[in-house]
Amino acid sequence: MTAIFKKELRSYFRGMIGCLFVALFLVVIGLYVYAICFANSSPHYEYAYYNCSFIFLIAVPVLTMRSIAEERRQKTDQLLYSLPVSMTQVVLGKYFAMLCVFAVPVLVSCVYPFLVHLYDPSGYLSFSAVFVAAGAFFLLGSALIAIGMFMSSLTENQIVSAVISFIAILFVYLMGQLSQMLSGTSGVTAIVFAFLILLLSLLVFFVTKSKTAGWLVFFVLEVPIIVISFLKPTLLEGLLPKVFGVLSVYERFYSFADGLVDLKSALYFVTVAVLFLVFTVQSMEKRRWS
Amino acid sequence: MIEVRNLVKKYADHPAVDDLSFTVDRGQIYGFLGPNGAGKSTTMNIITGCLAATSGEVRIDGHDIYKDAREAKKLIGYLPEQPPLYPDMTPVEYLDFVAQAKGVGKKDRADAVYSVMEKVGILDVQNRLIRNLSKGYKQRVGMAQAILGDPKVIILDEPTVGLDPAQIVEIRGVIKSLANDHTVIFSSHILSEVSEICSRILIISHGKLVAEDTPQALESRFAVKPVLNASVKGDPTAIANALLSVQGVSDVNISEVKDDGVVDVIVTCERGVNVLESISLALLQNNCLLLRLEESRASLEDVFMELVGDPAVPQIAEPEPEQTLEVDAQALLDGSIGSAYDAHELFNTPSDADEGQTVSDPQPDDPTDDVQQEGGETDDGNL
Repeated sequence: MTAIFKKELRSYFRGMIGCLFVALFLVVIGLYVYAICFANSSPHYEYAYYNCSFIFLIAVPVLTMRSIAEERRQKTDQLLYSLPVSMTQVVLGKYFAMLCVFAVPVLVSCVYPFLVHLYDPSGYLSFSAVFVAAGAFFLLGSALIAIGMFMSSLTENQIVSAVISFIAILFVYLMGQLSQMLSGTSGVTAIVFAFLILLLSLLVFFVTKSKTAGWLVFFVLEVPIIVISFLKPTLLEGLLPKVFGVLSVYERFYSFADGLVDLKSALYFVTVAVLFLVFTVQSMEKRRWS
Repeated sequence: MIEVRNLVKKYADHPAVDDLSFTVDRGQIYGFLGPNGAGKSTTMNIITGCLAATSGEVRIDGHDIYKDAREAKKLIGYLPEQPPLYPDMTPVEYLDFVAQAKGVGKKDRADAVYSVMEKVGILDVQNRLIRNLSKGYKQRVGMAQAILGDPKVIILDEPTVGLDPAQIVEIRGVIKSLANDHTVIFSSHILSEVSEICSRILIISHGKLVAEDTPQALESRFAVKPVLNASVKGDPTAIANALLSVQGVSDVNISEVKDDGVVDVIVTCERGVNVLESISLALLQNNCLLLRLEESRASLEDVFMELVGDPAVPQIAEPEPEQTLEVDAQALLDGSIGSAYDAHELFNTPSDADEGQTVSDPQPDDPTDDVQQEGGETDDGNL
């Protein structure tokens, strides 16, 4: 694992991608820090993290697009398969290397509050709130990087990988707003669920290349929804915002940005990351069987 | 050392490897021979754990490649068809990475990397980016990666493809030098290469093992009749008569009559009869001078064709009626051929068309002419 980790880290900073990623974060965080703390004389440094969390939409696909797709294109995945290391080690090595790259701008941004403090001797700036927000920012990024890495393992084309990571992150980004906007009547819920199930079964078909698996997922999930919507429509009411709320990774970050330490949300980020790392390992293992 | 049992790999419904079983013993070089698409690479990918088999079992020194993957993979060094290199690293960095991943300790790593680089001859490019290396050097870096960490089994998938002849000789030398303390399996579709390096040959076709033996045994098992090439000075008719009178000669083809009166003859003999002495004697007695006589061994190529050849392939060597006409045309154009043609009419040997082909086609398709000469490099010329 260390071997993979070192190799990945080196290649990020030897190439442009690592530097580009770090620079992107530093520029955006810097701009918001300037706008919030200096231009508007606010001591709420943590809002900078809140405001620049949209940058993940671009930065994460840039970071993750090559991680596994490129191995496949160069056929270096054959080396990884034939080395005496497990796929879990390979995936973790790559993931930790990306986390390391991501940690650079986050750590640098943790120096800024001290500068802000120099201009704010009255002490309104709360260091604990800032570091909690920075930690949550890092956790959010970690979860999204795991999602992007999984997307990268689905294809051997970096561009495709970047686009689907972007769509996936956009999806979880908008989810929070959507969950508040959508009404919860049973009819709408059933239709939206049917649509989501269709998407999911298409994804299953795409990943497994098996029509049977796709149809199976579709029917297993769709039939209960139809049955429930006819027999007990009240069950579906209000379910949509709840489900969307569960999927909204970003929503959990916003509470941190307000200075709340929410262990449940922290656990949520870690769970998402672990889940997608497991998916990635499975996706790599699966390729052997194709 | 390697045990492959009932291996099956299906892509959709098309079987790439079909019930393949064989064992590989320690300390030998195995040649994996087959036409393109025979399942060589698929089999190698399965043996090294890069690909999962549909069914069947692979054991490396007793370790199952799936259930006991880590132990099994420690014993294997693998060079896939396309060397798995990271273009943004230098050979030293790359090999250091592989060594670390293979579990070579920190202290021994530099030495291990240095010794493999020395072995494959890439010391002078060790600090250049792999991206900028030539194909030959890339292939060598790939080789270095495979033999790094001293694995017991080294599997090389077409290691000499795309290299120039000098590099091929070098890589072959490296492979031979590995044989002392490693088991080497390497695939190729170049017959001369396989017969030169390997101690055993596995021939596969359409995913099935069709033959397994030493090169010599394969040759003698499937050999067509031994063939001699001779250059004789004298009258073509007399030469043909003299040769046919020798016991053990089954067929005589006059392939060319040169202006200076030298006649090139292809003599087909019965198996197991030594005719060399009697041929020279018979020719001398008929006042013909033997200038050259060489034995062209029945080659692996023939064995290969016999085993894996598509039905279409042997037809090339088969007589075709139209070719008699071509001989006529040639004969008219070139007077010297006339006598060769006459000689044939005279003896009415059944191989008219064979000869006709040699005459009409300067690139001999006749299997007897494809025979590899000592260490035959005929195929290498195509690379």
